[in-house]
Amino acid sequence: MRAAALQLREVTRRYGERTALADVSFTLEEGATLAVLGPNGAGKTTLLRMLATLLRPHGGELRVLGHALPDEGWAVRGRIGLLGHEPLLYRELSARENLAFHAALNGAAAERAGELLRAVGIERRGDEPLRTLSRGMVQRVAVCRALLHDPPLLLLDEPRANLDPAASELVEPLIGRSSGRTRVIVSHDPAGALAEADLVLGLVRGRPALLAAAGEVDAAAVRELYR
Amino acid sequence: MYGTRLRGLALTTAAALGLTYALVFFWAPNDATLGFLQKIFYVHVPLAIVTLCGFVAGGLMAIQHLRTRDPRWDVRSYVAIHISLVFGIAVLITGSIWAKAAWGHWWVWDEPTLVSFLLVMLLYATYQPLRFAIEDPERQARAASVFAITAGVFVPINFAIVRLSTEVVHPRTLDNISGNLPGRMQVAFWLALASITLLWVTLWRYEMASKHARAQLRALRRLLGDDDEPLRRSAAPTISHAGGPR
Amino acid sequence: MNGRPRTRTVVAALLRKEARVELRTFESIPAMTLFSVTTYVLFHFGLQEDSLTGNLASGVLWVTLLFAAVLGINRLFVADDEQGGFDAFMLSPASRGALLFGKAASLLAYLVVVEIVTVPAFALLLLGVGIGQALPDLLAVLGLADLGVAAIGTLVGALAVRTRARDLLGPLLSLPLLVPVVIAAARLSTPLFSHPAAALPARWLVTLALYDLVFAVIAFALFDFLLED
Repeated sequence: MRAAALQLREVTRRYGERTALADVSFTLEEGATLAVLGPNGAGKTTLLRMLATLLRPHGGELRVLGHALPDEGWAVRGRIGLLGHEPLLYRELSARENLAFHAALNGAAAERAGELLRAVGIERRGDEPLRTLSRGMVQRVAVCRALLHDPPLLLLDEPRANLDPAASELVEPLIGRSSGRTRVIVSHDPAGALAEADLVLGLVRGRPALLAAAGEVDAAAVRELYR
Repeated sequence: MYGTRLRGLALTTAAALGLTYALVFFWAPNDATLGFLQKIFYVHVPLAIVTLCGFVAGGLMAIQHLRTRDPRWDVRSYVAIHISLVFGIAVLITGSIWAKAAWGHWWVWDEPTLVSFLLVMLLYATYQPLRFAIEDPERQARAASVFAITAGVFVPINFAIVRLSTEVVHPRTLDNISGNLPGRMQVAFWLALASITLLWVTLWRYEMASKHARAQLRALRRLLGDDDEPLRRSAAPTISHAGGPR
Repeated sequence: MNGRPRTRTVVAALLRKEARVELRTFESIPAMTLFSVTTYVLFHFGLQEDSLTGNLASGVLWVTLLFAAVLGINRLFVADDEQGGFDAFMLSPASRGALLFGKAASLLAYLVVVEIVTVPAFALLLLGVGIGQALPDLLAVLGLADLGVAAIGTLVGALAVRTRARDLLGPLLSLPLLVPVVIAAARLSTPLFSHPAAALPARWLVTLALYDLVFAVIAFALFDFLLED
């Protein structure tokens, strides 16, 4: 049996007096993919940020890559790739300059930047300021940023947003199932997410409404989530 | 939890204040040079000392908040600073009255304590606007604690520096306290300090009790299903999960 | 594979990033510099003096520098908040001390660049005495004052940037905290600007250095809490 990349037990997170997440529990094996579904405001992004060590759990137990958060956060920082809504890139800097900055910040090898830019097809425009690139191109650079330090765990919040089919294809081997990394994908496209997931978690108002292996998920149950 | 013994405390405080100021007015002698108006000293100086200690206490509570991540420490810190701010305004007003009585001006720059105080108040006046400007409650609490600690360290250092920089023309209060006060005045002063401290503590406990009660009320409401109150922006922290039914 | 990045690497990367962004957007330095020079002109008219010496000269120099610094403090984390993301800082395994040091060094660099232009401008426009002889002393005072501003400014900048009233809170928070720096710096430079020039009071150098140290330590201890979401 493979080691667990993620282990959550009754994880809770509050926002003031409200609950953002409550009693979330699941285990995700190394190399597997978790799809997180649910309507807006369900807590999907909160969960993702907690897994990224950006938010602390207020209750329950959370283990990422074998380390308990928040206490052992330092052991996992630098091994997680987060691709959220924000590209986390400076518009005045070029793709290469941005990646060099992130490489320095993460102790990653600067050479990977070139490889990654080539892999996503941006190499030609790697030296132009990001503000001259389209959103789709910026998203591709963001993918490079997330992968620069070769993280075993990928946290993706609608990774294919802004990507045209060609770009999607380029990006697939890097962040898709074939990359071999453990992945958590937050998605607004249930059908697409189900196709590439091993485990599915449905959140409604911060609470888990659905947790099942992808093969056993009922389309009706998924629709229920969004009612 | 905060409401117990509150009445006893309040009565003790009222008694202490009553006794102190009776003594101040009827027992302590009038100052030779300043006359009756000097008596404001018994209000102004204890208020000032308690205010500053209150700010520093707020900073210490903030350290606990950052260390333990327990939101209750943030509430304690907030209340401490809040009450000290109110006391601080009283300090500035009484200080001004005293300055006018002693030196003929409503404001003097060569009384270093007054000047430092103004600076400290200018800093702490930003505490609530800072809190109000951050919506996320946890971030608000954390930012407030960082502020409270920085400002708490600033208080004593600032006093030292302003003191260093002021030309001493008039005899300073703290010199007066450290022994130049004749017997009766000393007794009256220490009593005043003790009762104003009691006042601060009582008010602190009252505000904590009030916040606690309101939080429990909200928790009960939520249990009863009445939880669709839109979240309002607030500068004041709330004791959420601490105590009360879950 | 990937280790914890070295402080030197992180600080250098931050400085490089900061320099590049500033050189391409000119958001801070021109504003700070222009503001200072304009303020000197304003003081000329406001005070109705052609030349200043002693404590008046000191006051004008330091108050102007302080306000210019506040402009820089306000802008210090804006690009990070709006684009690069504090998330990037938090996700990285870089030590928070290194991040603080990098940002504080950037602010210090801004101050130095601005002073290279504005202090001679001040000497030219308003100062009634020559600063040739007093220059080394003045540089020491500027250096110590800048360190204090850098430490406090980085802390306040990080605190104020993710609030709704960031442009107001930045100055409101930093000005009282910087008053002691002004007190010390003004006391130190008054004898340098006097007729005849006198030596600076060493105890104020110590005071200023200690103040810088205390707030540098505080900034270091608290910075992590400000980066968190």
